[in-house]
Amino acid sequence: MTTITGEDLNHRLVESLDDAFPDLVRMFQDGIYSGALQLTRNPHDAQDVTQDTFVRVYRALTRYDTSRIRGLELRPWVWTIALNLCRNRARSRSRKPEVGGVDLDRPASDPDPGAIVADRANLEQWRLRLSRLSEPHRNAVVLHHVVGLPHAEIAEITGRNESTTRSDLRRGLAELRVIIEEEPS
Amino acid sequence: MTDDTITQELERLATVAPEAILDGALDAVGLLADEFTLVDGPIGAAYVSWSSKGVTAFVPQTIVASPQDFAAMHPRPATYVDAPPPRLANHLDRALETGKLGKLPVDLDSLGEFQRKVLEKCAEIPPGEIRPYGWIAAEIGNPGATRAVGTALGRNPIPILIPCHRVVRSDGTIGKYAWGSEMKRELLRSEGLDPKAIEATAHRGTRVVGTETTGIYCYPTCRHAKRSFTRYRVEFRSAAEAEGEGYRACKVCRPAA
Repeated sequence: MTTITGEDLNHRLVESLDDAFPDLVRMFQDGIYSGALQLTRNPHDAQDVTQDTFVRVYRALTRYDTSRIRGLELRPWVWTIALNLCRNRARSRSRKPEVGGVDLDRPASDPDPGAIVADRANLEQWRLRLSRLSEPHRNAVVLHHVVGLPHAEIAEITGRNESTTRSDLRRGLAELRVIIEEEPS
Repeated sequence: MTDDTITQELERLATVAPEAILDGALDAVGLLADEFTLVDGPIGAAYVSWSSKGVTAFVPQTIVASPQDFAAMHPRPATYVDAPPPRLANHLDRALETGKLGKLPVDLDSLGEFQRKVLEKCAEIPPGEIRPYGWIAAEIGNPGATRAVGTALGRNPIPILIPCHRVVRSDGTIGKYAWGSEMKRELLRSEGLDPKAIEATAHRGTRVVGTETTGIYCYPTCRHAKRSFTRYRVEFRSAAEAEGEGYRACKVCRPAA
């Protein structure tokens, strides 16, 4: 696949939304899915949230005029929609918290079942650890360290300012360290 | 665990999105390309297209010659393939063979609710039988909407499979067809009907026929009417006339006018 930069994509979305939209999905889906895995209850919810994010992005873009699409900072904008959906999903499920939300109905073509089970256990363990952080701390840690977003974008996405974001991140990591130390070995 | 190890482990949680997300998102916004192929229809070869949900279009090759022409006129992106997927192939063969949709899924999601109801009702008309536009209007609970039913059928994206050719004017004449009246007649003939005879009956003023021995009246092409012996058959100019003579409506064809 050719490398696409954000600016090209804005231009192409203006030219033809329908032609450029699949590339927008390809560009952001891994990041959003990775983040959503930690911010929702299970892989199934993460997949739903990721897909729904793009459906909403598409519908919004059909309503935006050309100059608005040209000026969009795509990644933080897409992530604002995704984070909202993660939050709603987590809330609607909060009455029945689930620990073992490992989703086993995957295609049979998974290359190495052993490695995947180990991955899942690791994923689950981190999800549990992260679920013990406050929402702003968890968001900052996941968006920065798992997804790889810079502080300024996280501040834009979460609506907090940049220095607060930095301290959310510091405190989140400190809390994680304590949580891990307290785990029975 | 040090902060560095923690951040390294967090970075390793980054993964690849399942492939289903792209297709799912494209499908939800109507950008997932339909596939289409060429099949044998009741009046020659025809292009048939489908989405993930079911058949989306049916066009005889006499109307659209090449795959390029089909793709150009199709409202969604469309890719030519050699054959329908297994989930559709058998149902499609069977539908073309029997003249009934049966278990063949159709995707009418892009249509409005009224048109969808009209087409779903139309699909209930069995091969070899015809109903007036007003019958569909009455059946879907809009007895005044005869004209709108005609418009909805005229824009049927899946003709032949959804048999809008089996819907005729309330005066009994065959009426219009999106691809010309002659193709409508040809389709009816392929189902064993005689359009000339149908119109001759209509010209006599006959709208429904009763059977003396059962006291039931039907549309002339209803399988129950066709089954009865000619010597017991009575012709009526309207359902009201039949009711006036003590006949009751057939529960299968439910004649409305």
